[in-house]
Amino acid sequence: MYRYDEFDHAFVAERVEQFRGQVARRVAGELTEDEFKPLRLMNGLYLQLHAYMLRVAIPYGTLSAKQMRKLAHIARTYDRGYGHFTTRQNIQYNWPRLEDVPAILNELASVEMHAIQTSGNCIRNTTADPLAGVAADEIDDPRVYAEIIRQWSTLHPEFSFLPRKFKIAVTGSPNDRAVTRGHDIGLRMHRDLAGNPGFEVMVGGGQGRTPIMAKTIRNFLPVDHLLSYLEAVLRVYNQLGRRDNIYKARIKILVQSEGTDTFAQMVEAEWQAIKDNALDLPKEERDRIKAYFGPPGYDDLAGDCPELNLALDLSLAANPRFAAWVEANVQDHKQPGYAIATISLKPHGGIPGDASADQMDAVAALSEKFSFGEIRVSYKQNLILPDVPKLGLLALWRALDGLDLATANAGRISDIIACPGLDYCNLANARSIPIAQRISERFTDLAREKDIGEISLNISGCINACAHHHVANIGVLGVNKGGTEYYQVTLGGVADENARVGAIIGPAFDEWQIAGAVEDIVDVYLRQRQTNEKFIETYQRVGPQPFKEKLYGTDRARQAS
Amino acid sequence: MALIEHGKLAEDIWHDTDDFADAQALAPMGPIIVDLDTWRRHRDEILALDSPVGLRLQPGQTPDLVASDLHHFDLIALEFAKFTDGRAYSQARLLRERHGFKGKLRAVGDVLRDQLTFMLRCGFDSFQVATDSRAAAILEAVDEFAHWYQLALDRSATIPSLRRAAGATEAAGETGATGVAATWAY
Amino acid sequence: MTIIRDKTKSQNSNSQNFTQAVTANRLTDGYVVYLTDRDSWSERIADCQIVDDRSAADDLLQRATDQAADDLVVGPYLFKVATEGGRTIPIGQREILRTTGPSVGTDLNLA
Ligand code: SF4
Repeated sequence: MYRYDEFDHAFVAERVEQFRGQVARRVAGELTEDEFKPLRLMNGLYLQLHAYMLRVAIPYGTLSAKQMRKLAHIARTYDRGYGHFTTRQNIQYNWPRLEDVPAILNELASVEMHAIQTSGNCIRNTTADPLAGVAADEIDDPRVYAEIIRQWSTLHPEFSFLPRKFKIAVTGSPNDRAVTRGHDIGLRMHRDLAGNPGFEVMVGGGQGRTPIMAKTIRNFLPVDHLLSYLEAVLRVYNQLGRRDNIYKARIKILVQSEGTDTFAQMVEAEWQAIKDNALDLPKEERDRIKAYFGPPGYDDLAGDCPELNLALDLSLAANPRFAAWVEANVQDHKQPGYAIATISLKPHGGIPGDASADQMDAVAALSEKFSFGEIRVSYKQNLILPDVPKLGLLALWRALDGLDLATANAGRISDIIACPGLDYCNLANARSIPIAQRISERFTDLAREKDIGEISLNISGCINACAHHHVANIGVLGVNKGGTEYYQVTLGGVADENARVGAIIGPAFDEWQIAGAVEDIVDVYLRQRQTNEKFIETYQRVGPQPFKEKLYGTDRARQAS
Repeated sequence: MALIEHGKLAEDIWHDTDDFADAQALAPMGPIIVDLDTWRRHRDEILALDSPVGLRLQPGQTPDLVASDLHHFDLIALEFAKFTDGRAYSQARLLRERHGFKGKLRAVGDVLRDQLTFMLRCGFDSFQVATDSRAAAILEAVDEFAHWYQLALDRSATIPSLRRAAGATEAAGETGATGVAATWAY
Repeated sequence: MTIIRDKTKSQNSNSQNFTQAVTANRLTDGYVVYLTDRDSWSERIADCQIVDDRSAADDLLQRATDQAADDLVVGPYLFKVATEGGRTIPIGQREILRTTGPSVGTDLNLA
């Protein structure tokens, strides 16, 4: 893991003091709310429906046990005993008092964390593949570059007052687990013919009112030029992005209105003027950062693998619930004898992404026992223990089971991504969480979930699309019609390397119909699927019509289509 | 209105106008600042006024528009229509870094305390603020951070360069080599 | 927890004879507060001052805005309320949730 040096420590401490001063000036009336709001947002502090909300960055989704304990401590001491993990590798606290926030930031700084740029019209927390460093398909560790970007973007002198928020995601693998095409800038690692790493640069992705997948503006950018190229993109955007209309201010609109080719040329021209200068990343600097992300002290288990696998098979055979969990929640590791375990934060009927302080403490302890003290936070709002010896899986599962953290549903239909919605969010049109709860309660039968197989279901409480419903196989969007909540369904979205936006299936459902509608959609899939077909494959083969007919009846479906 | 330069309150000797007739009248009293439109329409007449000339650019007006005229200006004022409109930061860096502008770079408009360091680091060295009391508060902001990650126009040592220097000192202790100049910085 | 559905909405939507109150979030902790008839802010909706005509509503909002300028609260605004059997009930899902708190998860960790 990256460790702060004296300079990082000093910087974050100064940032905390700066914010303490800003809060004091706000409370004393020296700053108006209009002046204060952009400042607090740049420190992740929102004012929501019921209270302030503090969004804390979990850089590239990596947490140490110590950091997780601190998050639990903050939840207990300054909040109401829980936190909410988001799709963008953040944790949100729903009830902090303004006057406590400097103290919370101080606590975070003591474990090398912060809330810098988790909101506001600036470069946000850079996200990365949650399986960085352990995925078998990885070309190079994306965390190295996410950390470099974190430092470069932190209180950047030129890019702290952009037209709109700006999100960057990095993946080091061909299989995209970071939704890079859904970001303002997506970076995907490739190697050139000589074997040197570089990035495919994709620009202009985003969710919201106008969901667009990012377009590739450069196929291969050698890694040493990463920052100068990012600076060129940001400079073009900062000058030309629209500032007159908040809905047209994201870079995706600029890319669209200029055309991808023209935009790419503008970036290229700017880049030619600034490349090969102080922003270049010398190899020694990359190596210095890379050294922080070296593998933990794995045991050499390669020779023992046959026995390990046999022992695992025996316990799987003896314990079907454990077997179901391994099936759904455990993935292969690049290191022989180890596995990657997903800790589901989606108990049936629970709040997606929420964890109590006790659960956080328990996960911290389990990570120390089973995973070199490291935890990951995924796009799917789950936690991951990245380095579990296969021999430890059974004991890990037993411990998780006792904590209500062993739901065997990773990647399944009840592994729902849901934003806070109208229960917390000031911008919401409708509630998301109760809908997620009602839907997941209809799929509590694990055998049925397994039968349904890989599928994604995301629920956003408004068109801001924080739950990325556009790129879900089944997307649910809350809308408000005359004060009543309705839910619009999209089908066919995909979030991986083949990312695409789903299509609206028909008229919206009310809050009591929506769970049944989801069941109907699943039923159509089960009836239509051919051998081994995933939901999305069946949908792509048969198209929306059978789903429309089931949902709206033959007549209405004809009208709707 | 109050003016900050060189870390303290300063007297503003510049007269700012959007009107050429005004500029003519004001020129004998001291240096003048005109907007881009006035400059374009009366360029030669303004140069004939025999007074130092400054130019005021609005957020959408890229410095490229006046690249060949920059040597005529002793001052360029960049407008912050709202403090949340960050275009002037790019204009400032382009003026300093791309076009080599050496004159005064003045921030005008919605210039507030909490943006001061961003401005300084982008090359501004003159700040027009609403009131004296605001100006006093603004000056406190300068010392909030000792070092930053990015190389910027305030020329303070960056965190990456300090790391390199620290690394070089360590290495020098071992090998007797002298430290390398730390010129790169993200 | 049951949510009180918005029954009054349709009756009121085409007429002006609704009653209103002012709410905001308190600056120091962000909690939901209501303007009382003594120009103070209360966490209890029962304490709010209710007005039933436009000029009184303008007046109420002006008083609230003055208080916001004094940095006690953030973002005051008028919202519709109904009174039923002496109880003040906000109209619309958003205001109901602001009054009652989140409809989910309140039992999660408060023990
Ligand atoms: S999608 Fe809308 S309701 Fe949900 S968290 Fe985002 S802004 Fe709030």
